[in-house]
Amino acid sequence: MMTKPMIEMTGVTKAFGPKKVLQGIDLTVEKGKSLVVIGGSGTGKSVTLKCILGLLSPDSGSIKIDGGEVTRLSNKDRKKVLTKFGMLFQGAALFDSLPVWTNVAFGLIQGKGMKKAEAKEIAIEKLRRVGLTPDVGELSPAELSGGMQKRVGLARAIATEPEIIFFDEPTTGLDPIMADVINDLIVECVQDLGATTLSITHDMASARKIADRIAMIYQGKIIWEGDKSEIDSSGNDYVDQFIHGRAQGPIEMQLLKP
Amino acid sequence: MSNPLAIIGRVFLNSLAEIGRLSRFAGVAISHTVTPPIYWRSMLQQMWLIGYNSLPVVGLTALFTGAALAQQIFVGGSRFNAESVVPGVVVIAIVRELGPVLGGLMVAGRVSSAMAAELGTMRVTEQIDALTTLSTDPINYLVVPRLIAAIVTLPLLVLVANTIGVLGGFLIGTERLGLNAGTYLQVTADFLEQSDVVSSLVKAAVFGFIIALMGSYHGYNSRGGAQGVGKATTNAVVSAFILILLANLIITVIVFGGQS
Repeated sequence: MMTKPMIEMTGVTKAFGPKKVLQGIDLTVEKGKSLVVIGGSGTGKSVTLKCILGLLSPDSGSIKIDGGEVTRLSNKDRKKVLTKFGMLFQGAALFDSLPVWTNVAFGLIQGKGMKKAEAKEIAIEKLRRVGLTPDVGELSPAELSGGMQKRVGLARAIATEPEIIFFDEPTTGLDPIMADVINDLIVECVQDLGATTLSITHDMASARKIADRIAMIYQGKIIWEGDKSEIDSSGNDYVDQFIHGRAQGPIEMQLLKP
Repeated sequence: MSNPLAIIGRVFLNSLAEIGRLSRFAGVAISHTVTPPIYWRSMLQQMWLIGYNSLPVVGLTALFTGAALAQQIFVGGSRFNAESVVPGVVVIAIVRELGPVLGGLMVAGRVSSAMAAELGTMRVTEQIDALTTLSTDPINYLVVPRLIAAIVTLPLLVLVANTIGVLGGFLIGTERLGLNAGTYLQVTADFLEQSDVVSSLVKAAVFGFIIALMGSYHGYNSRGGAQGVGKATTNAVVSAFILILLANLIITVIVFGGQS
């Protein structure tokens, strides 16, 4: 059964000077599905996300969102496309000059031009959705623990009820229990919204929890893709080495940056 | 490996690339000043930070410099029995050169560094990327308010600096050097021309642009964690200093070079 692809990348390449980070990424995320891209550090996971968002422009290849090409958009059209997106950043990336509720309401006030009072109500509702009480909204992000910052980041990502949500290493830096709490919240929030999601992680526990499908990226290419249930029987030496976390195998860690 | 020609070539190419990147950033920033939305609130906040908070340091700089200048000109002038030139030389030196230049440098030290550190931290913690994903243009939201605030505020600061600088000369002239207060003010007014004030304010506006541009550019493009932010801060201040002094020379030659 094929449903409509929400994100479609074909042959995307990106180099920084002589360093070829993406060497022809082909990736499809179907509408309403959750794809998790796994891979080691420096294999091009973050660059892939940034290319889709237009924070970086790819050297070649095509990226389609909901059927429309987005690689060569004007600022105005790009802004329109970006209203479909929400993103949870690795370090939460909360604006430390603003109180928590303004962070959550930012996309509503600045992006959609909503009135402050109305946006604040939604922000508090979203904070409650991720398990935070309204009084947290008045705090500054610096006063929160790492797990709470991630929750606020998640609340901010879902506040505008986006069609597509990106999760960049959602569990990095959290203890295993808090990581599982965040994973549960991600699954619940995504189900609420019926959103399409693309996540990157190297945490297999997280990948198994939030994914419908899993793809593995290595040296700027997708080397394996399949359903979550197939990951343990992929027959791919690279995937096996990664999910079992072995130092020995076909993947040789480059300890120094090339 | 270390072929001297190769090194010269690399340094030359790198500086050209840097000038290119900076010009592009400046072009984008300027074009965004006329593209809505304009964030008035954060512009006012920046004006407060740049202008009001710089008053003490700029005022003290001008006061001490004006006073020292008067003392030096008095000593130098007395060799030719020309002590009476003190007020005229002080006002011209302060308004034409020292007010804008020293004011600009002091504000650059305070403000370019702060901007580079703030935007640099926002860059390395992905807050700038987060703005984009929340449908907010980071140039409009972060850079434009700083640029406009600095361009508007610096002339006001320099006006204050000029006044206090002349006052510094007046105080030491009348209190210590025995010059007549009424004559001092009269000579000051006689020497000061409208074009001096205008050029002073034009310089200030240009320096304001340089200060905000350098702070924003280096912060916005910083990379590599805490060390990168530190480097961006240093580069912002050093480049702002050099460009202020260079721009001052160019404006001085254009405005006053034709006079004989």
